[in-house]
Amino acid sequence: MYRIPCPHCGPRAQAEFTYERSAEAIIDPALPAGEAMPRLYTRTNPMGVDDELWRHTYGCRAWVVLTRDRVTHVISASRAIGPEVLP
Amino acid sequence: MMRTPDGTETLTFHFDGKAYRARPGDTLAAALLANGITLVGRSFKYHRPRGIMAAGVEEPNALVTVGEGGRAEPNTRATDVFVYDGLVAQSQNRWPSLAWDVGALLGPLAPALPAGFYYKTFFGPAKRWMIYEALIRRAAGLGPAPQQRDPDKFAQRGAFADVVVVGGGPAGVEAALAAAGRGERVMLVEQDAILNASLLRDGHHGAGDALAQLHDAGVQVLLRTTAAGYWDDNFLTLAERLVEPGQVPPAHGFVQRLWHVRAGRVVMATGALERPLAFANNDRPGVMLSQAVRTYVRRFGVVPGRRVVIATTGDDAYCTAQALADAGAGIVAILDARPAGQGPACAFPVHHDAHPVSASGGKHGVTGLTAQVGGAQRHFAADLVAMSGGFSPVVHLHMQAGGTLRWDEGAQAFLPDQLRQTGESIGAATQAVPSAPALSLGKPKTSFVDQQNDVSLADIDIAWQEGYRSVEHLKRYTTLGMATDQGKTSGVPALMRLASKRGVPVPQAGLTTFRPPYTPVTMGALAGLAAHDAGVHERRLPLHAALDAAGAHWQPLGAWKRPRAFPKAGESLADSALREARTVREAVGLCDVSTLGKFMVRGPEAAALLELVCATRVGSLKAGRGRYTVMLREDGMVSDDGTVWHLPDGGWTDGGWLLTSSTGGADRMATWLSYARQVLRPQVRASVVNVQEHFAGLALAGPRASALLASLIGEPAPRHMGCAPATIAGVPVLVLGASYSGERAFEVHVEATRAAPVFAALHEAVMAAGGCLYGLDAMDLLRIEKGHVVIGTEADGRTTPHDLGLGGMLNPAGGFIGAAGLTRPALHERGRLQLVGIEATDGGLIAEGSMLVAKTGAPPQGHVTAAGRRVLGDGSGVALALLADGMTRHGETLLAHSPTRGQTAPVRVTAPLFHDPEGARYRD
Repeated sequence: MYRIPCPHCGPRAQAEFTYERSAEAIIDPALPAGEAMPRLYTRTNPMGVDDELWRHTYGCRAWVVLTRDRVTHVISASRAIGPEVLP
Repeated sequence: MMRTPDGTETLTFHFDGKAYRARPGDTLAAALLANGITLVGRSFKYHRPRGIMAAGVEEPNALVTVGEGGRAEPNTRATDVFVYDGLVAQSQNRWPSLAWDVGALLGPLAPALPAGFYYKTFFGPAKRWMIYEALIRRAAGLGPAPQQRDPDKFAQRGAFADVVVVGGGPAGVEAALAAAGRGERVMLVEQDAILNASLLRDGHHGAGDALAQLHDAGVQVLLRTTAAGYWDDNFLTLAERLVEPGQVPPAHGFVQRLWHVRAGRVVMATGALERPLAFANNDRPGVMLSQAVRTYVRRFGVVPGRRVVIATTGDDAYCTAQALADAGAGIVAILDARPAGQGPACAFPVHHDAHPVSASGGKHGVTGLTAQVGGAQRHFAADLVAMSGGFSPVVHLHMQAGGTLRWDEGAQAFLPDQLRQTGESIGAATQAVPSAPALSLGKPKTSFVDQQNDVSLADIDIAWQEGYRSVEHLKRYTTLGMATDQGKTSGVPALMRLASKRGVPVPQAGLTTFRPPYTPVTMGALAGLAAHDAGVHERRLPLHAALDAAGAHWQPLGAWKRPRAFPKAGESLADSALREARTVREAVGLCDVSTLGKFMVRGPEAAALLELVCATRVGSLKAGRGRYTVMLREDGMVSDDGTVWHLPDGGWTDGGWLLTSSTGGADRMATWLSYARQVLRPQVRASVVNVQEHFAGLALAGPRASALLASLIGEPAPRHMGCAPATIAGVPVLVLGASYSGERAFEVHVEATRAAPVFAALHEAVMAAGGCLYGLDAMDLLRIEKGHVVIGTEADGRTTPHDLGLGGMLNPAGGFIGAAGLTRPALHERGRLQLVGIEATDGGLIAEGSMLVAKTGAPPQGHVTAAGRRVLGDGSGVALALLADGMTRHGETLLAHSPTRGQTAPVRVTAPLFHDPEGARYRD
């Protein structure tokens, strides 16, 4: 079980969190279908580092973006959600 | 007898119904051997007689069921149970008895059950497979799972430590003391019941005071505790046995405790496991690992043989010879695989360049060993064969933690290399103990590598012949290493065989991954207190007690319990539902709707946020008005439906917006709104508060509802789709003019803690007006007649608003979630399943789940999603269905065919609306 650094609460157990989606699959509803659907269905799915959207469901309930290596499981960054982290 | 009784045999235990004596501190395996019992079980596939091979948790053969009734624990290693007074153990996989096992007749059939036989039987007619499967299921296997409920309680506990030391041998004890000396919080975990067991085995003294030293140093010592899993970020799961398997715990006590420990550093002092040698009949009782023999002799005072042959590839087995000799046993020969000149000097008859070929003997023990000595075969008469094929460090936790391994040719073993996490391996777990390569000269068919799963060298050869090159494929095809011991003793010998086939060094043959748990963990420990009712929380309605008193028949709905119906004495649920629904149509009914999802949305940009989530227009709603709405997923499919209300300023609610959603979708919608608010529109000036459980809700429906409500609130009831704060029985309420039933209806929402008087007033007025309470079944009848969809039933995740006939409601300005997805051309092509009504043309009923076909046997064109009947009139069957191109097929006749219920009904396709198509009944 990971130890996830919540930007609001500090390090917490993974059991408190929910994985939501890869950050690239955060789709602004204003995007036309031609751009939105590939983001939904044909994600790059990298074998390595990815930005991921998680939710601190059983904690502060805030959404956070984790930079996580999907091979080594190393979480190298954790940011509160905000305009600056949106794609 | 392999141990002379000395009066300390104070414990009584039973094996296969017979009573025996044991000493405190005996493992079940030691006690069985002490009593001369060598045949302990039958093997998984061939029912070969098996005894005790090891002294620790790596034991592949001696699996027994310990305990009785719901407390029985099958597949427990006899080497990992400490005898307590009254212990009851049964051997497994034998019938009628261990000594006379009918299944052993399978032995000669072994050529018919080679590697992959399970898969091979898939070919050919299915009927043949059915016969095979029944036979295999009966013949192969382990102990049966107990049928009764486990009467015991299992605890779970979380903990933090600076250092967790796994393994209470000399290296682990020393590391723990050193860490404690630095002032660190230390936990030491040992699966055995004592510390420093290896010192005892190797004849050292002074092993006994380690526990006191550790306690004095402040180390938390957990004995009988296995570090089962080493997970990410130094997270460990420890399975602690508070009592032995099958043992009755003290009153109100726990039998096991599962620890979740976050460690700063993990020290793995996990030791090494001795490898067996692969020769013919190496699975016979009386063939044991060399160190295990030494453990039985020195720790338990049990001498498992009087005339012993020792086969070895290294030095350690010579210590076993000494231990046996000290105990008075005769060493017939030490067969050393290494050439002359290697190995320690000793007084025993040593043969170099000597390799075991075949053990002889029967089901109760061996009579000798044939070996290749130099160039010649020789037979050695013996009643015990001790074997040592070198030592494999216990790298399981290291590997679980993402660590890499390196192959050491001199030790013929994998050693821990890099570790990703903060920890280290120490002691024997890191040592390369010199060992010559083991030769396999015996008949491959009975030279077993994985004894628990009955995988022999021949099975590996077959897999090779059939083209399995990767070790991962080999493992799955032969089931090598997939038994409950996870191949603790079989990995390296099998890899060596595969590597020699491929002509590559062992490391290039690959290695499968060790995964948690290190040893089996009982389900009870994983479930903890959730094994009983604590795991399932129940969500109760605020008015549960009042509804229960009114005669509710409860229906679980997710975690909720809701009234299904309110049957009168002697009335069936179906009759009750129909009576309740008719009362709603003809007079008035009252129904609890507290479980609806409810969200209060406020702020200057509340409407904009709602128009993102809702696919309908919202901003145009005037204060005091509401609207039906649907919410879509990003791919355009309907995810939920509900109503959105623009609350009037003033009163106790004072402005803002209320969004309702379905009961089942409430949690999903809460997350979705949070996502929209925080991620998609982080700067929107609006707040969302989930008020689902803050409010109790009551639906009041029927032609008499409006007048009844007006008299209770002392003012005219709101118009259809109007909303207003009001007061009932002195309690502030919010009245929404919403109808789900097709009648003039209202939802009355009230703070949950103040709902009782409101319910009482409404209930009394409803009964006085000739009405009744109604439940889910009546609600379903009413909504089916009216064509209202249910999420998860009509909208099944593949359904767009267009498929439901709701396309006209969509916000023409777009901008809502799912708008882009909906533009995909395929969602508008012919052949989509569309919502229709169907009515039985023979006056009968329609079975829910029926497929819609042109005639019996024809391909299905759709299915019945919800079936009901006409509430008034003839009571004939009507239903909602999803039908290919259904909207253009009204008037067609089809069959609603349900093979599972054996029902077929002739039906006519209609619009999904059977009651009051003009909506005259709910408008003012």
